[in-house]
Amino acid sequence: MGAHRREFLAGVKAELPILLGVNPFGMIYGVLALSAGLPATLAFAMSSVVFAGSAQFVAAQLIGTGAPGIVILVTTVIVNLRHVLYSASVAPHLKHLNTRWKCLLAYFLTDEVYAVAITRAAQSGASPSGPPSLRWYFLGAGLAQWSAWQTSTLVGIGLGTQIPPGWALDFAIALTFIALVIPTLTDRPTVAAALSAGIVAVLTAAWPYKLGLVAAAVVGILVGLLVEGKPKPGAPRP
Amino acid sequence: MSTTPLALGFLVVGMGIATYAIRLSLILLLGRLTVPPLVQRALRFVPPAVLSALIFPDLLLPGGTVMSSLGNPRLLAGALAGVVAWKSKNALLAIAVGMVALWVLQALLRV
Repeated sequence: MGAHRREFLAGVKAELPILLGVNPFGMIYGVLALSAGLPATLAFAMSSVVFAGSAQFVAAQLIGTGAPGIVILVTTVIVNLRHVLYSASVAPHLKHLNTRWKCLLAYFLTDEVYAVAITRAAQSGASPSGPPSLRWYFLGAGLAQWSAWQTSTLVGIGLGTQIPPGWALDFAIALTFIALVIPTLTDRPTVAAALSAGIVAVLTAAWPYKLGLVAAAVVGILVGLLVEGKPKPGAPRP
Repeated sequence: MSTTPLALGFLVVGMGIATYAIRLSLILLLGRLTVPPLVQRALRFVPPAVLSALIFPDLLLPGGTVMSSLGNPRLLAGALAGVVAWKSKNALLAIAVGMVALWVLQALLRV
């Protein structure tokens, strides 16, 4: 049991520096969800039930513009699709666990917790089943982030009711997206994906039900794939 | 905004189920299901595509019409935030600079 507790605390500790960055975003989310028209209880419920920062920002923005639920749901799925990769990546390290543990840990599989947990699993060496206590480490990191996300959302909701509308805080959503998108622009294909999606989004802004957003995302992803070109391992180079 | 709190409640639950199902998917189905290579390649384009699709209309169509002129404070403040995010690699600094820039530009343009 001592080993389990040590691993749990090590997971919490590994997550702490990340929380410095997570807390302000939780607060910004809380403020913005209110200004988008979400009641305080639902703004908070989203942090507990969905527990996915970028999807929550996107949903808050879409709710504010009156987009229909189905478009918001589809967008949530698109934004969170990357978690399929995380799920695949941690799966070999969790395969010896029972279903209850798998179902519990999956709930905590955010970008940040994934980063910390997979680093630990990789450090544990060649053993495919990972260290025996990876689940406690994972749980520690997950609970640390979960608690921080809930409390910072609450603080943001508390602040949100105090802030006058003249401050144009809705603009902080666009700014948050800008700050998040810049680091993803690492090469020509990603820049092409971003520019094409942005242009299509402007051209289709008048489409009903925010369907232009879905169209823009799909076009951007396709353009990214096209610019990247098909990798041909073993193909003769000219 | 015409959406009722009840509809929003269903939406939150739906988003939660979708997100959880995605996260749990391959942890449970490993060995029975693999991610096709094309999808794996496509996934890295999701963040730049979706985020830009949200950003561009916000900056270029603040009132519903295209405003690419210097009289558009959102475009200028957003561009400045982008440069700060790129140079400093500090997301919170970029958000703070962009917000202050918007307030300053709005005050200047109102005069």
